[in-house]
Amino acid sequence: MRSFLFVPGNNPSMVQNADVFPADAVIFDLEDSVHVAEKDNARRLLRDYLTSHPSLPQKVAIRINAMDTPYYKADLEALVADEIDYIVLPKATVTTTQKLGSDLFALEQKRELNKHIDIIPIVELAASLVEVCKIAATSRVVAILFGAEDYCAEMEIKRTLAGEALFFPRSQIAVACRANGIIAIDTPFTDVADDEALLKDCHNGALLGMTAKAAIHPRQVGAINEAYSPAQDQIDWAKKVVKAEKEASSKGLGVFSLDGKMIDKPVIERARKTLAKAKQYNLAGQDDE
Amino acid sequence: MNNSLGREIFANSRPFVSANAFLKEKRRLIPEKPTSATVRFYDDLETAFRDLAIKDGMTLSFHHHLRSGDNVLNMVASLIAKYAIKDLHLAPSSIFPEYKLSDLILNHQIRNITTNYLNGPVAKTIAGGQLQGTLLMHTHGGRARAIESGDLAIDVAFLACPAVDRQGNGSGAFGINACGTLGYAESDLKYAKKVVLVTDTLVDELSMWQFDHKYVDMVVKVPSIGDAGGIVSGTTRITRDPIGLKIAQDTAELVRELGVIKNGFSMQTGAGGTSLAVADAIGKIMQTQNITGAFASGGITGYFVEMLGKGLFQKLYDVQCFDLAAVESFRTNPAHIAISASKYGNPFETSPVVDDLDLVILGAAEVDLSFNVNVTTDSFGNIIGGSGGHADTAHGAKLAIITSTLAKARIPLIKSEVRTITTPGSDIDAIVTERGIAINPNRGDLLERLKGTSLKIMRIEELMDLQHRLGGIPKELPKTNAAVGYVEYRDGTIIDTIYRTG
Amino acid sequence: MKIGIAGSLESNDVLVTVRECEKLVIDIHSIVDLLFHDQIEKVVRDTLQELGIENVEVRLQDKGALDYTIRARLITAIQRMEAQP
Repeated sequence: MRSFLFVPGNNPSMVQNADVFPADAVIFDLEDSVHVAEKDNARRLLRDYLTSHPSLPQKVAIRINAMDTPYYKADLEALVADEIDYIVLPKATVTTTQKLGSDLFALEQKRELNKHIDIIPIVELAASLVEVCKIAATSRVVAILFGAEDYCAEMEIKRTLAGEALFFPRSQIAVACRANGIIAIDTPFTDVADDEALLKDCHNGALLGMTAKAAIHPRQVGAINEAYSPAQDQIDWAKKVVKAEKEASSKGLGVFSLDGKMIDKPVIERARKTLAKAKQYNLAGQDDE
Repeated sequence: MNNSLGREIFANSRPFVSANAFLKEKRRLIPEKPTSATVRFYDDLETAFRDLAIKDGMTLSFHHHLRSGDNVLNMVASLIAKYAIKDLHLAPSSIFPEYKLSDLILNHQIRNITTNYLNGPVAKTIAGGQLQGTLLMHTHGGRARAIESGDLAIDVAFLACPAVDRQGNGSGAFGINACGTLGYAESDLKYAKKVVLVTDTLVDELSMWQFDHKYVDMVVKVPSIGDAGGIVSGTTRITRDPIGLKIAQDTAELVRELGVIKNGFSMQTGAGGTSLAVADAIGKIMQTQNITGAFASGGITGYFVEMLGKGLFQKLYDVQCFDLAAVESFRTNPAHIAISASKYGNPFETSPVVDDLDLVILGAAEVDLSFNVNVTTDSFGNIIGGSGGHADTAHGAKLAIITSTLAKARIPLIKSEVRTITTPGSDIDAIVTERGIAINPNRGDLLERLKGTSLKIMRIEELMDLQHRLGGIPKELPKTNAAVGYVEYRDGTIIDTIYRTG
Repeated sequence: MKIGIAGSLESNDVLVTVRECEKLVIDIHSIVDLLFHDQIEKVVRDTLQELGIENVEVRLQDKGALDYTIRARLITAIQRMEAQP
C-alpha cells in the first residue's frame, strides 16, 4: 500500500467518485473536513454510500473523530460494517488505540460482521511519538499515519520543504513500523497545486523509510504511487540479482559477485522485496522466471 | 425520408450516406467574385448600409473571430431593425450569447439562419420553434464547402476586421481589437457578392494581411468593432476538476500506449479544460521522451503557443485564436500559420489540414452505442453548440478520441441513441471516461494493441450499464414532431434533424 | 412547527427540507426532473415508509444527487426535525 487518499465525508460529488482514482485506499473523513454541525449528515451519507454504491474503492478507511470528542461513539455506531477495512484514529495514544480495539471488537460481535476491522492510528502528538513503538505493536494496528500539521503546531516548529523539522518523527515512526512489520504512512503535503514540491516531499519521507503517503487531493495520488513504487532500474536490478542467485545456489555458492559487486544475503533479501512490491503494483512486466 | 443512420430528414434534401461518400463526388466551385475596381471607404456604417441597398430575403454573412466581444453583428442587426428589412437569411459562422438577434427572429426580419455553432438566447429562441424558416448547421469545413459551391450564396458579407490599410487589405493581427487569424471568413471574402470590411483601425500600410483588397467593396470605419477581451472565451484553462484531470491522464496514457506520440506527429484538442489537460499531459510525455511533433492545429490557445515555444511542435496551423496569447504569437511567430476554414476542414480541398492529423481530442454531450456523437443539443433537446470542427477533425484524424465524464450531475453521457447526431460513429475511435475506455469495435487494430495494458478497456454497452447502475436509468424523453433545423454533414448531406423543445 | 433541513445546493447534492404536516406532501425541484422525477419520488416514498412516517411535507431542491444521497439527506433532515424540542 502506497497511497491513502483523503475524501471529505460530506461532499457527495467527491464521495461518489472516490473509487475512480488509483489510490490504494481511500480515507473518508468525518473529522477536520466536516463542520461540527454536519457530522450527522456526513455519517449518514457515508453509510448509505457504502451500502449502496455499486463501485467502492479497493480499500475503505474512515477517519472518525477523536475519542475525546462527542462524535466518536456515534461515528463508530454509524460506520462499523463489512464495507470498512480500517478506522483511522486521530490523536491516537496507546490507551485510545487499545480502547478503539475493544470498541471495534464489541461492535463486530454485536453486528456479527464477517471481518475484523483494522486500525490506523494518527501519530500527531508529541506524547504519541514517544510511545509510537507501543502503538505500532498494539493489536489491529496495520499502519501508522504521521500527522505533521498538529505535531508541528504542538512543537512550535515550522515545517519546511527541505523537511528538517520532520526528520525525527518520520524516522521514529518509520523504525517503529518496520520493527512491527506495518505500513508507515507519511503526512500529506498541503500545497495541492505544487507538483514538484510534492515529489520532493515524497522523497523526503521515502528516504527515511516511510512506505506510503496520504494525499489530500486526487491529483497527488499519481506522484505518490510513483514515488513509493520501486523504480524501473531497481526492478531490473532486482531481477538480475534473483536470477544470479538461482544460478549461484544451483552451483552451491552462498555468496557470489554480480557486475563486480559482492552479493550477499541482505542484498538478495532487498532484491526479493523489491520484486515482490513490483509484482503487487503490476510493475514487474512480463515474468521471465 | 431516412438517411443511412436511420434519422428522419426533410424530404427534398440529400441524405447522409457515409463519412467517405464525398470521395465519389467532384468538387463544385462557383467563380470567385469579380475583383472590384475601387474600394470605397466610409466613416459610418449606416451610410454604407444604405448604399448596399439590402433587400428583403437577402443572405448576410459574418464571422465570429471576435467571439463574445463582437460588435459588428450587433451593429448590423440594429440597422436591419431600423430599416425594417424582412425575411433575411443570416449566415454567421457562429452565434454567441452576446449576439442580439432574438427580436429580429421573433418579428420575422430574420427568416432563416445558417451557422456552425450557437448557444445562448438565440439558440433558445430557435429551439423553442420561433424561427419562421429553418436553422441549418454546418461544420467549419462544410461551411467553406457550401460557400464555394454556391449552396450558401452570400449577398453581403460584413467582415469585422481589426486593421485595414489604405488599399483595403485587412488583417486580424493588428489594431486595438486584434483577434489573430480570420480563417472562417476567407470563403465569405472570396465568394460573397459584396464584401464590407468593418474596422476601427485604419493604417497606411500593413506588413501582412489575410484579406486581399481585390475582393473588398467597402471599408467602414466605426468607433469600435468590439472588445478584444471578449475573444478570451473563458474555456481556455486547464481543468482543476479531479475527474477531468483523471480523464486527461488516462487519455494521455491511451495515446502513449497506441504509439501515437512520436517525432513528427500532429494533434488537435479543443479549448475546454479537460482537452487542455490532455495537451498538458501529452506535452509532458513529449518533453521526457524528447519528441518534437510536426504541428498542432485548430482553434489555438496560449497553451499550444507555449508548446510551440518549448519546441514541442514545429508549427501551429491556426484557423482561430482563442486567447490573446495566441493573437500575439500569430503576429510575431512565423511558425504560427493562419489557415482558412476551407484549408482546415473542407473535404474537397486537395489536402485539408484535418487529414494530416494523427490525433484529435474532442468532447461530447451524448454518445450512443454506435459511437455517434452529439455536441449540438443536450439531453433535453436544447441547442448547446454544434459541430464547429468536430465532424471535420473526427473524420480527418487517424485517431479521434472523445473525452467526457460518464455522468455530470446525474445526466448520463451514453445513450442507446443520441438525441442529435453531429458526428457519425464511424469516425470516432475511442471514448475515455473516468470509469473506463470504450474502443470502437471497428478499430480491432487498436483493441489488439491495447491488450495487456493496465488501461480499463470496456465495451461501450458495459460502460452504459455501469453508468445506469451508478446513476439510474433515465426516462426516455420523446422528441416533438416539429423540426426547427437540420444538421448538415461536411459533404453537404443531411445527417440529422433538430426538433423543437417540448 | 418542527422543521428539519439537510444537504446543500452543491452539484450532486440535494437540499431537503421537511416539516410536520397532517398529510403527505412531496415537492420535487430537480435539474434532472425530466429524466429522473419518478425515481426521485420513489426514493422519497420508500425512505419514508422504511422510517414509518406517513404524513410529512418534504421539499427537495436537487442538483443531480444519486439515490443514496437523497435517502441520506432525507433521513438526516427527519432526524433533525424530530430532535427539535
